[in-house]
Amino acid sequence: MHTARREAQLWLAQRASAAILGICVVVHLITIIYATRGGLSGAEILARTRGNAAWLSFYVVFVLAVAVHVPIGLRAIASEWLGWDGRMRDGLLIAFAVVLVLVGLGATWGLFW
Amino acid sequence: MRANIAQARHYPTRRRPAYVAFIVHRLSGLALALFLPVHFWALGRALTAEAELEGFLRWTDSPAVKAAEWVLVLLLAAHAGGGLRLLALEFLPWRDWQRSLLAVAAAFSVVVGLAFALAL
Repeated sequence: MHTARREAQLWLAQRASAAILGICVVVHLITIIYATRGGLSGAEILARTRGNAAWLSFYVVFVLAVAVHVPIGLRAIASEWLGWDGRMRDGLLIAFAVVLVLVGLGATWGLFW
Repeated sequence: MRANIAQARHYPTRRRPAYVAFIVHRLSGLALALFLPVHFWALGRALTAEAELEGFLRWTDSPAVKAAEWVLVLLLAAHAGGGLRLLALEFLPWRDWQRSLLAVAAAFSVVVGLAFALAL
């Protein structure tokens, strides 16, 4: 694929995932503060999340947006600060994205099931 | 505009607020990127059973872990606030109020940091 086109697509993916994450992070922060302030126990947290399709959908979207956003951000840091370009860098970052999806969805499934 | 030029002349590049915002955004993003896989993995393990999660939550009661949690929440708020500022700068037509976004992003981080500290 043409480099400029690929860079434009990555830029757009970074911004689109950032917009989704902007909402997800605010909801996540409110949830963290609510759970911490209420001193919720593990059982109380799981009682709210287990079998709850809304929380499952929310965290699936959150994890997928993270898996898009983080590797693209790391790619910019690798290029600009380390001068590291090329297929090896991109391959490692794709592998990192796959790890984020797998462990993230694993944790999400634990909340739901 | 004239004020901006005067300000740009006054501050060396690396001390300009926008550059500081860039560095905060980048370093907070890097720290969060390193933390996330560990966070997901630990949560995934803790969620295998209620008792495991209870043990994990008790572990997070220690002062050192609470301090680390607070730093992470602050980093998350700083990165989110800085990111929303960038989205507004890049996608909304330029208006004078956007100059205040840097202060709004910083205030957002402080408010979230304080709210979490008070909830701890």
